[in-house]
Amino acid sequence: MGAVFALLIALGLVIFVYIGAGVIGFKALFAVVFPYAAFFIFLGGIIYRIIEWAKVPVPFRIVTTCGQQKSLKWVKRSRLESPFNNFEVALRMALEVLAFRSLFRNLRAELKGPNLLYGSSKWLWLGAIAFHYCFLIILIRHLRFFTYPVPEFLGIIEQVDGFLHVGIPHFYITDGVILAALSYLLLRRLADAKLRYISLASDFLPLFLIFGLVLSGILMRNFFKVDIVQVKEFTMGLVHFSPKVPDVGVIFYIHLTFLCALMAYFPFSKLVHMAGVFFSPTRNLANNSRAKRHEPAPWWQKPKFKTYCEWQEEFKEVLEQSGQPIDEDCYKKEAK
Amino acid sequence: MAKMPKPDELLKSIDWTPPEKDWMDDVPPEIKPGRFCYPAKKNILEEIGFPNPREWSPLDDDWKLPSNSREIIVEGIIDRLKKYRSFKLFMDICVRCGACADKCHYFLGSGDPKNMPVLRAELLRSVIKGELTWQGKFFGKLAGARKLNEDIIKEWFYYFYQCSECRRCSVFCPYGIDTCEVTMMGRELLHLVGCNINWILEPVRNCFKIGNHLGLQPHTVKENIEFLCWDIEEVTGLKMEVPFNKKGAEVLFVTPSGDYFADPGIYTMMGYIMLFNYLDIDWTMSTYASEGGNFGLFTSHEAMAKINAKIYHEAERLGVKFIIGGECGHMWRVKHQYMDTATGPAPKNLETPRSPITGTVFEHAKSTKMIHICEFTADLIAHGKLDLDPSRNDKYVVTYHDSCNPSRGMGFFEEPRFILKNVCNNFYDMPENTIREKTFCCGSGSGLNTDEFMDMRMRGGLPRANAVKYVHEKHGVNMLACICAIDRAALSTLMDYWVPEVQVCGVHELVANALVFPHEKKGERKRELNLRQEPLKPEGEENA
Repeated sequence: MGAVFALLIALGLVIFVYIGAGVIGFKALFAVVFPYAAFFIFLGGIIYRIIEWAKVPVPFRIVTTCGQQKSLKWVKRSRLESPFNNFEVALRMALEVLAFRSLFRNLRAELKGPNLLYGSSKWLWLGAIAFHYCFLIILIRHLRFFTYPVPEFLGIIEQVDGFLHVGIPHFYITDGVILAALSYLLLRRLADAKLRYISLASDFLPLFLIFGLVLSGILMRNFFKVDIVQVKEFTMGLVHFSPKVPDVGVIFYIHLTFLCALMAYFPFSKLVHMAGVFFSPTRNLANNSRAKRHEPAPWWQKPKFKTYCEWQEEFKEVLEQSGQPIDEDCYKKEAK
Repeated sequence: MAKMPKPDELLKSIDWTPPEKDWMDDVPPEIKPGRFCYPAKKNILEEIGFPNPREWSPLDDDWKLPSNSREIIVEGIIDRLKKYRSFKLFMDICVRCGACADKCHYFLGSGDPKNMPVLRAELLRSVIKGELTWQGKFFGKLAGARKLNEDIIKEWFYYFYQCSECRRCSVFCPYGIDTCEVTMMGRELLHLVGCNINWILEPVRNCFKIGNHLGLQPHTVKENIEFLCWDIEEVTGLKMEVPFNKKGAEVLFVTPSGDYFADPGIYTMMGYIMLFNYLDIDWTMSTYASEGGNFGLFTSHEAMAKINAKIYHEAERLGVKFIIGGECGHMWRVKHQYMDTATGPAPKNLETPRSPITGTVFEHAKSTKMIHICEFTADLIAHGKLDLDPSRNDKYVVTYHDSCNPSRGMGFFEEPRFILKNVCNNFYDMPENTIREKTFCCGSGSGLNTDEFMDMRMRGGLPRANAVKYVHEKHGVNMLACICAIDRAALSTLMDYWVPEVQVCGVHELVANALVFPHEKKGERKRELNLRQEPLKPEGEENA
């Protein structure tokens, strides 16, 4: 049901743009108001979320250690999986953020007769990493629309990405890969009974929004071509706060509105994992809590407990009978 | 107590396919016998000052919850979201990718979908969304949001006491979301309305009031240990010294109280005693700080600190130089990750631990001043300070169970293996995906090692037992070594059920078996028995 709901929202968005920008022709709303609003919601929202996390203390050093600790000199330790200092933590985080280290560990459990088996399972890792990197490259490619003159490296990226030389303009490999990755990420949620069980509408919505964004982009570039000069004029105008509404096909507005929807939705959804992963206390702390004192959180209060002297008073008789020493200091202190 | 099915029946009953019904509507849960622990007794809650003491059972319809339970819990959530970044963040960033789903031993053994870590967290996350966010209030179920009610409290009680806080899922989570943190919060919230279990809170009460989980009074602790010394004398012919509450000793030794009298923990305890006597170091135990374990960790951060604080307090009173901790899993999570921050800084009389035998300075413990007995022993062996005869353990083919907490909360993998390889000749690790950071829980961790929970314990322990069975069949393994007191008790039961040919021991039991005392070296007396008072060699073979 969640999937259907999310799909309806995405389709509704297309119809909304088609009527709003295409039929009624209210293009300024879609070209100016939505993009600015969405951008500032995105920026403000993410900053707000980050501040909200940063405000909360991390009371204890709850590192998840996935490798050997630093102890005796001759014991080979794992700097990446059990970092001892901040430099090593940075390496661990880099591996986590850039290479999805933890996801790479993934196993699939199987019950075969009386035996539980755990096979390597890298598909999710592959789908995730393909999706994220393609998205990043596509974003970078879009800098062409926001820079003048266009930096040289963008040309290189475009050439490499389009090296198959299929179609005019050349079809980008990243476009194809991201579609494949998105399809995989969507299908696994629908096909695997466990995943279907845990998936919510808010798990499907980002997938459909990004699907819409990518599909409309490909359609616009390779099929329903739009006046690219006008588009560039418009995007440069956005950057300089003097946007000129472009008179181009509705497909452009559909593409743009999917982007706006995604940006505005971002800070209030699970997509904040992008920023949140950096705050994860099981990953971003050093495993050195015996070597280095970490001050408690401001709210932490040292516990009150039964002191030795109180305890001795209570058990004095059995202590004496069993020949355990009585601490006379307890009485000296009292006398003072 | 529920009747246990036979192992093959239990295996056949496992089905990982989730039901058709949406999980959010599937409340209250069907409370199954063998899968819940008995509630904390009224007098226990009264004695430790916890809310809502009463007689009740999870099988009742009416749990006698306060009428304003919802307000109490929502307030508790708001409070904790401001205190623990882990909690706030983990509630925000899960993408439900499902990587954790088949990593939980309770899910693997039971197939109950709410034991998938992602859903266990979602039980709490959905309420936070429903009670505290506009999206949740507006979109309700579509946003994965629920309003808190009594049925959900029952669901929480059932599932937050079906998590052993082992943190295996957090190894696989791409954002490091740690279900242990979620369960800890869930249990803290449940305490606010008086839903908790006796198997955890009675030991906590005992610790607060008497000094250890079992409620052993000081004279009983001493007597128990004296019994063990007689047994050692039987085996070695030597009189052992165990100083109690000795001021000015160099080392304070702290270990879980389970090892004072429970089989097979006692053999590990005998191992410590023999090691310290062999080395003739200046050590003491305390009958006041007579508990290394900490069921407070399974209760609340405050209870954990209250129990742990006694150790530093006693170390200060006795004027020791440093502390050695025995083999225990969750105890070492506390000592490693919580002790200093929660109850430190260490008293001024403590110094950076330095082995009186080898001179090694344990720099990695220079703040807490507390080292693991396996670190201490591994260093001794590396320096050749122990005269060891590993052939004395030849009747054992040994494998090693990485206890969850030292593994994923400390990174403690090589030290115990190094020791084992030096004290026995036959050592085989279990398959790679079931050891080290990927190790499986014994199925009874975090205070769930009680008899009435047996069905879930045997199910949750299946992944561990299955890996033991593999090395048993492949290499003839018949001894499962571990460094955790709960393991020693729980794994014994688990092995009896799944792989009855395999026994359980602590690492230091094997150390002590192999330890050659000077009089034995000189040939004055030959060791014929191991600590269990069985012949050293399998029957039919001569003792060499």
